[in-house]
Amino acid sequence: MVQSVTADHIVLGLFVVIGLIFVPLTVTASHLLAPSKPNPRKLDTYECGSEPVGPPWVQLRVGYYVYALLFVVFDIETVFLYPWAVAFDRMGVFVLVEMLVFITILAAGLAYAWKEGALRWR
Amino acid sequence: MSPIAVGALKVFAAIGLMLGNGVVLIYMLRKVLGRLHLRHGPMEMGPAGMFQTLMDVVKLLTKEDITPRAVDKWLFRLAPLMVFVPSLMAYAALPYSDSWRITSLDSGLLYTFAVLSLVPIGILMAGWASANKWSLLGGMRAAAQQIAYEVPLLLSVLPIVMLVGSANLGTIVEAQQGTFLAVLPRWFIMNPLFWPTFVLYVIASLVESNQTPFDMSEGESEIVAGFATEYSAMKFGLLFLSEFSNGFIVSALGVALFFGGWSLPWIPASWYAAAPIIGPAIFIIKTYIGIFFMMWIRGTFPRVRIDQMMQLGWMRLIPISLAWIVFSGIVIKVWS
Repeated sequence: MVQSVTADHIVLGLFVVIGLIFVPLTVTASHLLAPSKPNPRKLDTYECGSEPVGPPWVQLRVGYYVYALLFVVFDIETVFLYPWAVAFDRMGVFVLVEMLVFITILAAGLAYAWKEGALRWR
Repeated sequence: MSPIAVGALKVFAAIGLMLGNGVVLIYMLRKVLGRLHLRHGPMEMGPAGMFQTLMDVVKLLTKEDITPRAVDKWLFRLAPLMVFVPSLMAYAALPYSDSWRITSLDSGLLYTFAVLSLVPIGILMAGWASANKWSLLGGMRAAAQQIAYEVPLLLSVLPIVMLVGSANLGTIVEAQQGTFLAVLPRWFIMNPLFWPTFVLYVIASLVESNQTPFDMSEGESEIVAGFATEYSAMKFGLLFLSEFSNGFIVSALGVALFFGGWSLPWIPASWYAAAPIIGPAIFIIKTYIGIFFMMWIRGTFPRVRIDQMMQLGWMRLIPISLAWIVFSGIVIKVWS
């Protein structure tokens, strides 16, 4: 068991390494094959043919930020549910009750965010 | 062979599968969309236009790679890497057959979701670095929608993990072997407990893989090409390869979770041992059928608005999936 786990982890490491090599390699290959004739017009920012107005990094609505904060909370709590689900059929009814409490707290948090209007896209 | 050599071969196999998928899926998308629009799709290159995507790969390789003046150069180059590598890593935990696995992780399901959730970072990076308002909007939308649906996606499949007692995708497939009532397969899709799970999974996975009707991040009629607007040549190719590959991954996960993975119940077990290619072939064919349905949806549904989508995720899907976890937990306990 331990043996197979380490072999699998080597494979995952190789995925990262080879992926990190593969991308620059293809991009470099395309650079070697492709022509390169830049001119000022070509290097302009493409906004449907008109000159860009104002800075590109505009301010965005605050809704994105609120959702990101909510996501951090809920995603971490979701990850906590996975070990519980794996062990679920091996443990008694008590585990179910414990998780009911956990999910109730989660749902209460969601209900609070809902009441405060954080879930509404503004 | 040393474990590193074996591992490297496995990674190259995964890259081969990913590139092959890209070429086949783009051709398939054009043909399917063409038929849905009462057109033929590509017809010129080879029989029925079969070599069209291969020629497109050649075109992408030999096209000028434009890096616009205004972009943030390093982030701009790094973004395709950040999108491509997680998509490639998602191939690692899929159960191609009982003997053909790249890895057999006990946390395979969680691992696949985890690497897929790295993709929006790359997309946001691409959108931000492009110094283009379309790209920035597309990148922000992609990040917002993918983090919003990450939670329901993870929650939706939890009842299956609870029933099987493992997050290893191979074990989940093995739990679906055999038949009941003599002919019906014992797939999880046949179990009424998992019907809401399946609906939630389909919606959330369409959003996660940026498929229409949830493709606001690159809605071409609104924001040109979204986060990919300033990309050209091979960098663009890699971004879109990952896009198609993610579609394949969510479909393959759906096959493993709901449709019995590599197995068909009517095939005797000895056949798999005699010809090991049968398992992966069935798995890939089922996955492609799933992708066909995704393309069908793409061809027939209009794009939803971003506020509708965000509120659907937070106000409907998350409460429903939480309630369904509680309900199926009780049902599973009462049963056993």
